[in-house]
Amino acid sequence: MATVETNLATTAHIAEHEHHEPQSFIRTYVFSEDHKTIAKQYLITGIVWAIIGISMSVIFRLQLGFPDMNLSFLKPILGTWINESNKLDPNFYLALVTMHGTIMVFFVLTAGLSGTFSNFLIPLQVGARDMASGFLNMLSYWFFFLAGLLMFVSLFIETGPAAGGWVIYPPLSALPQAHIGSELGMTLWLSSMALFIVSQLLGGINYITTVINLRTRGMSFSKLPLTIWAFFLTAVLGLISFPVLLSAALLLIFDRSFGTSFYLSEIYINGEALPNVGGSPILFQHLFWFLGHPEVYIVMLPALGITSEIIATNARKPIFGYRAMIASMMGIAFLAFIVWAHHMFVTGMNPFLGSIFMFLTLIIAVPSAVKAFNYITTLWRGNIRFTPAMLFSIGLVSFFISGGVTGLILGNSALDIQLHDTYFVVAHFHLVMGASSAFGLLAGVYHWFPKMFGRMMNDKLGYVHFWMTFIGIYCVFFPMHYTGIAGFPRRYYAFTSYDYTKNIFADMNSFISIAAIFAFGSQFLFLYNFVYSMFWGKKATQNPWKSNTLEWTAPIEPGHGNWPGEIPAVYRWPYDYSKPGAKDDFIPQNVPYSQTPESNLPHENELIGLEKEIEAQNLNDQFKQPH
Amino acid sequence: MKEELESIDYTIEEPEETLSMNPKKFIMWLFIVSIIMLFAAMTSAYLVRRAEGNWLEYTIPAVFSYSTAVLIFSSITMHLAYWAAKKDQFSLMRLAISITFVAGIAFLYMQFQGWVQLVDQKVFFVGNPAGSFMYVFTGLHAFHIISGLIVLLFALRAAFRLHIHAKSLDQIEIAATYWHFLDVLWLYLFAFLIYFH
Repeated sequence: MATVETNLATTAHIAEHEHHEPQSFIRTYVFSEDHKTIAKQYLITGIVWAIIGISMSVIFRLQLGFPDMNLSFLKPILGTWINESNKLDPNFYLALVTMHGTIMVFFVLTAGLSGTFSNFLIPLQVGARDMASGFLNMLSYWFFFLAGLLMFVSLFIETGPAAGGWVIYPPLSALPQAHIGSELGMTLWLSSMALFIVSQLLGGINYITTVINLRTRGMSFSKLPLTIWAFFLTAVLGLISFPVLLSAALLLIFDRSFGTSFYLSEIYINGEALPNVGGSPILFQHLFWFLGHPEVYIVMLPALGITSEIIATNARKPIFGYRAMIASMMGIAFLAFIVWAHHMFVTGMNPFLGSIFMFLTLIIAVPSAVKAFNYITTLWRGNIRFTPAMLFSIGLVSFFISGGVTGLILGNSALDIQLHDTYFVVAHFHLVMGASSAFGLLAGVYHWFPKMFGRMMNDKLGYVHFWMTFIGIYCVFFPMHYTGIAGFPRRYYAFTSYDYTKNIFADMNSFISIAAIFAFGSQFLFLYNFVYSMFWGKKATQNPWKSNTLEWTAPIEPGHGNWPGEIPAVYRWPYDYSKPGAKDDFIPQNVPYSQTPESNLPHENELIGLEKEIEAQNLNDQFKQPH
Repeated sequence: MKEELESIDYTIEEPEETLSMNPKKFIMWLFIVSIIMLFAAMTSAYLVRRAEGNWLEYTIPAVFSYSTAVLIFSSITMHLAYWAAKKDQFSLMRLAISITFVAGIAFLYMQFQGWVQLVDQKVFFVGNPAGSFMYVFTGLHAFHIISGLIVLLFALRAAFRLHIHAKSLDQIEIAATYWHFLDVLWLYLFAFLIYFH
């Protein structure tokens, strides 16, 4: 026994010793296990991918808006993808559309948004020294980085990147001879996505564990900021749905590389029958959309959580309906798993089944509307401070409503027959999930920049950035509803080739393209602001937005372990803004009720007695002390 | 206003302790959830595809029943290892982990023999999805068994360095949880394949 005890003591000592060693540059900035560094890595990688992804959309918008344009000036970048007549190669157009979707959905709005803010805010807002497992967290980023690297490489190969649409439906994606994009590009796409799924699972498992296990004293679930609730539910969604995509991708890989027939059956190419029999391409769609639909909320929920926090802080009012917000997020998260077939109304599914999925789909309008109304009622008669973050949050609410309303139309299985795969769908999802969650991302960057880099971003540039982006995005996507109703299908290379699209909406398409370039251009203001402020911005104060959540009690630039000394305990919910009787218009979560007798409600006075109990609780501190 | 506030019956909240489960164990459980979803997707895909007809009927080789027995046996020895760790019986623990490991290898070998027999029966990986699914299920499960063996190796190393004992059971608990899960997972897959083949 004695040996065991001694052994235990020595190992503990060694572990402690290792922790206190100063870390090398590589361990601090590259292979870091610190959640704040990993968050910044995610953010910067996400921004780089956003630039690549959005510039792709600008290139194909040039083709759609100005089909006769001489594109030879793009030759230095695209090389032979600009053909002899100085036009965009149609095959590469398809690749651009596919890559734009893949990059924006997965790399920017999933990894860039969740990866950045879940990593950065979860430990800081729940009061933890770091994530549950710093090592898994680091692995998560580097798997993502590898996934990105493979996808990036696929942009430069001779046959081009994957081109079957971001949904990669077989048989197009399963047969290399179907399209040049289905050759090596598709293989790289699948490998990249497999790595990406591993990265998301590692990240999500960490987020869930941290939220459940590492909350500070007094931080009950009913005192969690809505950001954390949103990140938590997002991680749960990812944990349940990403493995399904992995299954789907795995079977597709077998079909592509080993000749199995999961998704392939009785196909003739150039009059020659393929050996595959008995597969079902619809099976892939079921598996894909079982991830694909929750993915929409994986993208959306963190943005909604960030918005809740920013709107309450800057309206100087408690969030309206805190519990209703949580319930509606749970409702959305639950419904996310039982509506996937609304993407498949036109696959020949049983109309009765279609009406069930339609019914379930339309129910999502209820929790979504609860959220929208709660944002508006929070704003109602608030002392609104229009910071750039606040503007972007309000913009998000606007997009969420105007994009959500068209969801009611598309959710109808009958109306969907006309609108399926038209620009109406493009307009709908770009507004409701693309633009809104991008706005959530931008709002989050403006709001938490002081915490991340210890400096403030420039407000004036922020305002200009907001208005240009906001107007630009509406100008891009609002007209698309019209072209969609007129029957313009998405992913078509040129509308000039068809009689029914040849003579209409040419001006509208040019207008959309100009608006897209305008909105894209304005992002460089943000980029300049971001980089400039990081080094030369105004120094941040301790709590620049007068916010209640715990991250603002940490030092301006938190070190490893976040808080020097003890982690603060939590006594109240995070939304005590403008409380009647209080001397300030905000009371941070770590202020006990015993210190605010002037503003306490009767039941809160009774909670004073519990404060001792909260303080006596187990510290739940991973390292017991800061580093 | 004041009376109104007082008239509401506020239920007094008790300060809750945060969950005191070891985070590493919790991570293992979440990892298990993701594996469950992976196989749930596979088995649902199987059912959806099977409902469409054109399904190859074949008998499942008997060796899969034997390998199931071996795997159940390995789960018992794994539990024995955990029990021994709790009682600080180190040599028994090392022996039990080693037996579990060897049984795991034997299981893998028998699964491979199962594939050989399937090929003899002219059920191939490439061909009717009924056969392909059989290979995918067993193959994916075998892949996870390999990861379980690696976890066992780490536990064995820790056992030899005396890092596992009655007061430090986390590692062996994690290894045992994972191993038992892989066992149950195989039982599910095997029952599923027999029932729906």
